[in-house]
This record gives sequence, structure tokens and C-alpha cells, in this order.
Amino acid sequence: MNIADELLGGSRLALSRAITAVENEYDDAVNIMQKLYPHTGNAHVIGITGPPGAGKSTLTDKLAKEYRRQGKTVGIIAIDPTSPFSGGAILGDRIRMNELTLDEGVFIRSMGTRGSLGGLSRKTSEAIKILDAFGFDMVLVETVGVGQSEVDIVKTADTTLVVLVPGLGDDIQAIKAGILEIGDVFAINKADHEGVDRLHTELEMMLDLNQEKTDWRPPVQRVIANRGEGINELAEAIEKQIVQSKQSGQFSIRRTDRTRSELLAMLDEQVARFVRRKLSDYGKFDELVESVERREKNPYAVVDDIMASILR
Amino acid sequence: MEKRVRVLVAKPGLDGHDRGAKVVARALRDAGFEVIYTGLRQTPEQIAEAALQEDVNVIALSLLSGAHNHLFPRIVELIRAKGMTDVLMIGGGVIPDADIPALKAAGISEVFTPGTTTTTIIDYIKANVK
Amino acid sequence: MDNESLKLKVAEYTAKVEKASAKFPERKNLEYNRLYTPLDLEGQDYERDLGLPGSYPFTRGVQPTMYRGRFWTMRMYAGFSTAEESNKRYRYLLESGSTGLSCAFDLPTQIGYDSDDVISEGEVGKVGVAIDSLADMEILFDQIDLGKVSTSMTINAPASVLLAMYIAVAEKNGIGPEKLNGTIQNDILKEYAARGTYIFPPKPSMRLITNIFEYCSKNVPNWNTISISGYHIREAGSTAAQEIAFTIADGIAYCEAAIKAGLDVDAFAGRLSFFWNAHNNVLEEVAKFRASRRVWAKVMKERFGAKNPKSWMLRVHTQTAGSMLTAQQPENNVVRVALQTAAAVMGGTQSLHTNSKDEALALPTEASVRVALRTQQIVAYESGLADVVDPLAGSYYVEAMTNQIEAEAWKYIKKIDDIGGAVVAIEQGYIQKEIQESAYKWQKEVENDQRVIVGVNKFQIEEKPIEGLLRVDASVGELQKKKLADLRAKRDNKAVTAALVKLEAACADDNVNLMPIILEAVKTYATLGEICGVMRKVFGEYQAHATL
Repeated sequence: MNIADELLGGSRLALSRAITAVENEYDDAVNIMQKLYPHTGNAHVIGITGPPGAGKSTLTDKLAKEYRRQGKTVGIIAIDPTSPFSGGAILGDRIRMNELTLDEGVFIRSMGTRGSLGGLSRKTSEAIKILDAFGFDMVLVETVGVGQSEVDIVKTADTTLVVLVPGLGDDIQAIKAGILEIGDVFAINKADHEGVDRLHTELEMMLDLNQEKTDWRPPVQRVIANRGEGINELAEAIEKQIVQSKQSGQFSIRRTDRTRSELLAMLDEQVARFVRRKLSDYGKFDELVESVERREKNPYAVVDDIMASILR
Repeated sequence: MEKRVRVLVAKPGLDGHDRGAKVVARALRDAGFEVIYTGLRQTPEQIAEAALQEDVNVIALSLLSGAHNHLFPRIVELIRAKGMTDVLMIGGGVIPDADIPALKAAGISEVFTPGTTTTTIIDYIKANVK
Repeated sequence: MDNESLKLKVAEYTAKVEKASAKFPERKNLEYNRLYTPLDLEGQDYERDLGLPGSYPFTRGVQPTMYRGRFWTMRMYAGFSTAEESNKRYRYLLESGSTGLSCAFDLPTQIGYDSDDVISEGEVGKVGVAIDSLADMEILFDQIDLGKVSTSMTINAPASVLLAMYIAVAEKNGIGPEKLNGTIQNDILKEYAARGTYIFPPKPSMRLITNIFEYCSKNVPNWNTISISGYHIREAGSTAAQEIAFTIADGIAYCEAAIKAGLDVDAFAGRLSFFWNAHNNVLEEVAKFRASRRVWAKVMKERFGAKNPKSWMLRVHTQTAGSMLTAQQPENNVVRVALQTAAAVMGGTQSLHTNSKDEALALPTEASVRVALRTQQIVAYESGLADVVDPLAGSYYVEAMTNQIEAEAWKYIKKIDDIGGAVVAIEQGYIQKEIQESAYKWQKEVENDQRVIVGVNKFQIEEKPIEGLLRVDASVGELQKKKLADLRAKRDNKAVTAALVKLEAACADDNVNLMPIILEAVKTYATLGEICGVMRKVFGEYQAHATL
């Protein structure tokens, strides 16, 4: 199967295979990405983050349905944590989006973090590009919601939607400040639960305090995802943000920044690979490790030596 | 190489008994597989489409309601029609031995009947997945 | 011997025995002590904790005479294929000495779909009888006097419809609803948590349930309007304490819903019934039954302030544990069921279904279901276990275990209260997660040989596939489709449409009791699928979200 060509021709099987190729680092992965790259840049990418239990999957499902109602096609990437012990994962977001499975304007792919320290791997960005190249209008990326992924999402998405819920035992203070800074739009889900007013007020206050730093004041939208309430208002808020960020130039700046980070990350990765390969040529690495551990040599000098040798 | 075995654990038809499917899903995760559990009441069409989107290596069908002779072959048919030729298809649940040859002929590689250990299933997948 | 010397003696004994146990490692990890003495019952008060059978807190049984007054109802769950076939089986069971009927319906019926619905393909008549309309119901009870027999129907989401059909059949035979005896399972919460045959979301489902409570309290007073079930929760993998705790939490939710709907607790509580599992560990099960009665009595008296003693009584139907049957060496299942029966009887059940030996792989044949029924009869007449009320009372072990299970159950009930009640706990997946954890733990124990299942992970033999299993003909689906076509041609379709329109309007109005309207619709021969279709339209469908 010529994956890239068939994908561009509209084959969903090829689309699926392409994502697998980059995930599993098959030999043809780079080739595929090179062919697809010119066709990327059209989809609007929305990152959906927030603590576990916030109802991200349900909200993603409802948001996707709203976009379908508007006649847009939607690609969805749902990320779940890979077990650090077994290397396996339960990818359990899809089950909340069952009704979308047979919608031809939707494609849902579940991905495990596979050891990228809870963050969003480069593979996620590649998967996004693949969906983009296939032609989806919107790409929704639902993150794990803990740790690095919350911040990483900004580097990957055009719009970052932060989902919070009342009563998870956290005040705004307990919520990491990082979340407040990265959100373009905030949704308070399960808005029928106790504590919603207080959470909403506190959130608005914190966002006001942040206000001077940027020219976009993130809106806060209450939703009850499992009842489908507040969804089109949320979609409207996101639409406003998209329009505003394009008008102000933020949109292009962020995309360029994103490309820059990606290029640097790819370079870093290649360099690291190169060094590792050369290291095995260098030999006696194990001996060096031992002598550093015995304090016979210091690690800084050792690294300098190795680099000098590799770069010769 | 970063390859993981991806398994779709699915419950076709109206059967609501999911103890086995959930235990197997967890065991597969503990064995290092990526597991997508579909939940209840999946139509053959939903299962086949989910399998395609997730590009799974294995589809594990769980059924205790006696409707396997109708539903399992239908799912195999749809998978093949979608061009997915390398998927390992296995089944489990309340399935009399007498029905198994026909299911195998229809494309189910193995059927795991009551009393089967999760280790048996995991070993089978590791030995037979493409 | 005073307590101090007893304590010393027990300590000595334990040390000696520890050494010996080291040679029998598989038995070391059991979760309870090997020996119980009066020390384990310190603080127990007979009057307060046990009382007499038939008196609060009913630990010793809900009836004073128990099986000396009459045996538990021997009620064999049955149903498959068409109404004609099932009717034959019901009459066979009644002739063989079964003292009550228990109807199993197929999955399309349980989920409110007609046999000709696309989604019913392959499922018609497989796990129970296919009932598409009142016409099928009439055939199901042909030659059976509904005025004389008590019938339990395992039906939940569409319970209102099946109950209406039953009432209509009785009416046609000149039997008024006030004469009807029986039960509908009607327990939607455990469907969400463990069994999976839900249709509508929680709110409208609770409305239907409370509508039934109210309707029956006025019109069908001898009918058990709900069988709050722990059987399926246990089958899904829970422990004994979880089984009764989660079920009682569900019961609390139903009571709260009924009270909120304006019913007085004593008006409906006397007709609530329960459904337990009879599992393998005989003595633990007996303790579980006793603990459950004590917990429920306290819940009804103290929490809900019920005044009528009937409201405090936990009456229970029991089924032997299906999940404990093995496909390997199926004859062994007869032994398992006999032990489970002993547990249920010593536990004080009001009604009992015993599984057949071939049920790990199929529905039972006539021959194997007869053995299952005989098991109950042998225990009743030959074993002496039914001759004394609550025979294990006073056993240090059983009383201690009763207390232990009760304490554990209260912990879970409190946890669920803290979460906001059973409905919220299910929405959040708490109950499902607990069940899954227990199920996974069990499986790991089996696979690590810490839990022996005879014939499966120990004492295995080479076996040939079992022959002579019951098979439901695939043609049942075609048969039912034809019946439906004929029905739709013969009935007064204008009347059907009018009834469905009326139903739709009534569904949309929370203040209307739907039972009389469903009864009307059923009598026009509107099908189950048509009636549930209207309800689906107004109420929507439940979206399950399993968490693994």
C-alpha cells in the first residue's frame, strides 16, 4: 500500500496506517510525513486539557457533534497514559464517543503516551499533521491531563481549551498556575455540581489578574457536557478566539513558534541518535561509567572527551 | 522500534455481561498491550470501523448471549471488506465446543471458552499476532 | 474458663497451629481466622443483635416459623425460544414440583426491541423467551392459572410493560389484579452497575419505578414491585460484603425516590424484595444473609422511620452462583449447586432457583433442570437443614462473620452516602470500579493457584466436548418475525396509534402515572418495541461510560 498517496486519495485505512507508521517508527514513516507535509496547515487544532475526572472525553464528544452540526469534519486524538510498569495502556476515551464511530466525517484515534513522561510526544504532533493532511477541518486533541501534557499542548494546538470541574477538592490556588496561563478558553464542566459559583468567580479573578500580560482575555464558559448544555456557547467562544487571534497576528506567531520548536526538537532528536550511534563506536563506555562512579574521573571531562572524539 | 500490540476488546450485540471482557482488558494492559475497550452494545459495523480507525492488531470479541454464530462471522466479513487482512480475530464467552469449527472456518482464529486463563490468551496473541 | 485464661489458651493454640500450617501453604492466605471462640463474640447481645425469628432485627429470619411453616418457594428460572416452548417448560416444572414460576426473557425483550428489529438479529429467544406483544404473553401462560401460581419476571427497563401484559392476561381469564402474586425485578440501578440491560437514563427510569410502586400499592397489593438485586453484582465479581452493601445502597436510593415522589414509606416498603447470590463459601454466605437482614432492618427503621414491621423485613429470592459453574467436568456442578443450596437454606431464603449442571455452556435441558429442582427437594425433605430455624445461630464463627460482614457493609454504604447516593456513585463509576477490582483480584488468585477451582486449575482431566446441550433454533427469529407481521395485519392499528400517542404525551408529563396508560396500550396489541420506542423518544437512551 502506498500509504501517503492513498491517504491523500481519501482512504481511511491509509490514514490509520499512517498514524501507526509514525507511532511505531516504521522505516517508511519519514517518507510518509514528507509527502504529507505540503498538505498540512489547514486544520484548526484544539487542545483539550484539564485534570482527570473533568469530563474531557464527554466534552470532546459533544464539541465534535457541534462541529458536525456546523458541517465541519473532525479528527480526534485521545491520549491516555501508558503504564510505566508494563508498557501497556487502557485507551479508554473512545468509549465515551461511541456515537461518533459511524460518522464518516469523524475519525477517532486513541494513543498511549508511551513513555514520553506524560507529555505530548512528537508522535502526537505527527498524528495531528496526518489528520490535517487528510483534510479534517478541526482536529481535537484530548490530553491525559496531568503533568507535562498540560503545558505541552500549547505547543501543539492553535487553541487550548482548559476544562475544570467544581468539587474535585481543589481551589484555584491548588490548580497549577501553568494551566491558567496556557488556556485560551476555559470550560467549567459539571456546572450543576456544588461549588461551581465559587470556582467560576475565583477563576475569573485569577484571569483578570493575568489580564495585563496578553490582549486576549480568556472567556469562562459553563457547560454540562453529559447533558449537552452550554456546548454551542463554548463553540462560539472558541470561534471568537480563533477570529481574534488571526486578526491580531497571534495565530501566525504561534504557528511559526510551533514550527520552530518542532524543527529544534527534531534536530535534538537526530543529534541524540547520532551521538548514541557514535558512542557504541567509541567503545569502552562501560569502563568510563565505572571510573566516573569511582570518582576516578569526573563526568564533565568525560563528556568533553567523548564529544571531541565524536566530532573529530 | 516502538511497536505495541493494539487490541480492540469488543462486546457485540445486546449482551450486558462484561466481567470477562474487563478482566481480559486489564490483563492485556498488564502484559504490555494497548487496549481499546468498546463498551456494550456494539454493532458489527461499529466494531469494524473502530478496528480500522485504531489500526488494531487483534480484535477480541466477548459474547455470552448465544448470538455468536450470527455476529462473529458478520464482523469478520466487515473487517475483510475494509481491507484489514492482518488482524488476528479471537472470541470468548459462552460458546459451545460444537460451534467452534464453524467460527474458525468463518475467520475467528481461536475461541476461548469458560475456564481459560488470561495467560493463555496473552500467550496466544503473542504467538499469533502479525 | 474466664476470658483471660481463654485468651492465653488461644494464643498457645495459634502458635502451635501456625507451625503446622506452614506445611499447607495454599491455605495460609485465607482472610479469616481458623478458629473462633466466645472471645470473638464479646459484646454480643442476643436481644439486640439477634432476637427471635420474625422479630426485629430479623437476623434469624423474617418469618417466625420459617420452613416449619412452609418451605421456600422452589422457583426455577426458565424461558427460551418461543412462548409455546417456554409454556411447555413451565408446565413441566410445575408438574415436577416447582412451587412458583420464574420467567427469563430474551435480550431484545429485556431491552425493549421487537424480534424483527435489526438489532435483534441473532438474539431472539436465545437467553430467554421472546415476548413481542400481549399475544405472546397469552401463549406463555396458556393452561396456567394466574390466580393460583406466583410468577417472578426477570425484567427491568421495560418492567412496566411486561407487568401490564401479565395483568391483561389475568384479566382476560377473569382474574382481577388484586389476586395476582408475583415479582418483577424492576431494578434499574444494578443494570447500570453490573448487568447491562438498561434502556433509559436514571431519572425517567426512577419515575417508571415509582409509578409502579404507586400503581401496585393500590391495584396489585400482593405483588412484589421490585427485586433489589445483589446476585448480578456478585456475579460481576464483587465480594459478599459488597454484594449486600451496593444492593442495599440501591434500595436506599429507591426508597428516597419513592418518598420524594410523595409515597409514604409504609405504603410501598412491605412489597420491596431482594435477590441474593448463593455462592460457594457456605458459611460465609449464611453469615451474609443474616447480616443483610440486620442491616436492612436498621435502614428501614432508623433511617426511613418506617413504622410497619413488614417494612423492616428483607425478604429474599436466591439463585445459586452461575459464575461458579465450570465447563470442565460438569457433573461436579451438581455438587456445587447442592452446597450453594445448603447455604441459601441455612441463610433463610424465601425463594430459590438452582442452576443446572450444563449451564456453563447452555440453557438447561429438561433432564438437568430436573436434577437442579430435585436438589432443592432433597435438601428440603431429606437433609434436616430445613427442620430448625436459623440452625447456625450461636456458632462462634457464623455470628462473628455476620458481624464482620455487617460492619464492612456499613462502611461501603457510608462511602456511597458520602458520594451522594447510589445513583451518583454509579454515574461516577465508583460501584463499577469496586466490582472490577474484586473481579480482577479473584482472577489473579485463580491464575496464581491461590484459589483452586476443581477441574479447572487442579484435578483436570482430558475431556471430550459435552454433548446433548440445549440449542435454540436459529429459526426462532424468523418465526417471531412472521408472528409480528400477522399481528400487525390483524390488530386494530388505529387503536394502537391512538394509544401510543396518548403514551407519548403522558411520558412527557412527570405528574402522570404511566401504568394505566401502558396497560391500555398493551391491550391494543401494541408491541413491546413500539411502546418502548415511544419511551425512548421522550426519555432518551442511557449512555454507558465504562471505566476500566
